[in-house]
Amino acid sequence: MTADTQRRSPLGHLADVLAAHSTGGERGVRLREVPFLAQLDLQLHPHGPAAERIATALGSPLPTEPNTVTEPGSLQVVWLGPQEWLVLGPDGSGSATAELLRAALTDEPGSVVDVSANRTTLELSGPAARQVLEKGCSLDLHPRAFGPGRCAQTLLGKVQVILHQVDAEPTYRLLVRGSFAQYLTDWLLDAMEEYRHPRLTP
Amino acid sequence: MLLIACPWCGERDELEFHYGGQAHVAYPADPEGLSDAEWGEYLFVRDNPKGPFAERWSHAAGCRRWFNVVRHTVTHQILASQSNHPVAAGQPKPVIA
Repeated sequence: MTADTQRRSPLGHLADVLAAHSTGGERGVRLREVPFLAQLDLQLHPHGPAAERIATALGSPLPTEPNTVTEPGSLQVVWLGPQEWLVLGPDGSGSATAELLRAALTDEPGSVVDVSANRTTLELSGPAARQVLEKGCSLDLHPRAFGPGRCAQTLLGKVQVILHQVDAEPTYRLLVRGSFAQYLTDWLLDAMEEYRHPRLTP
Repeated sequence: MLLIACPWCGERDELEFHYGGQAHVAYPADPEGLSDAEWGEYLFVRDNPKGPFAERWSHAAGCRRWFNVVRHTVTHQILASQSNHPVAAGQPKPVIA
């Protein structure tokens, strides 16, 4: 039996619950887990020759504007710090991407570390998704301040998350540590509860 | 709650930050030559001004960078925040609120 058949995502046992609590409509909100995304932590000097080689290899420069995301091909490069990025890719793409990045880094100071098991990903989408997040996040998520292609590392509830807005519906992705995933999911399901019922009018 | 301007991420709640004490406390040039009293002074004794105070903060729940803040200890007003991270010429500079 290989590791692939034994692996479990932190929220795999809740897939049915998440689906049951998701709602459509004009104030709908949906929650699902996107398990096993490949995650690589990349650290290097943002303006050196290695950064240029990586930009060429990926087909797009690393985002240097704080809290932004670029999407070269099937990957997503999330800004984590002035010298640190998180490279996200589909399940199974980690080793190929890591090789690509290491080849471009050569012997310059920097690192490429596979951190795929560090966090799992929750996807929250639907017209009410922003209102759900606003119950526990102090960031201004209004479209004037936070839109597609933006990311932030912040607290949601009491949990540190990497928040990434994927599209304008809005759809958000929340990268959360595995051991906090159950708590955050419970928190989100509770915050989503009101949108399963008609709006109360005085 | 304080609203602290991270030089990279902009204004965030105090909850996201970790306090690092007084800024600009230099490591002694000759630590071997200090008496116990002088070493204790370096380790433990800090300024306690009533007014502007330069201190270190880390954006622990965000970009995890250390930076300096000047905070008024009476009003808690954040007077300045500054990264000590070098920025290459012509590249985007961090936001200074």
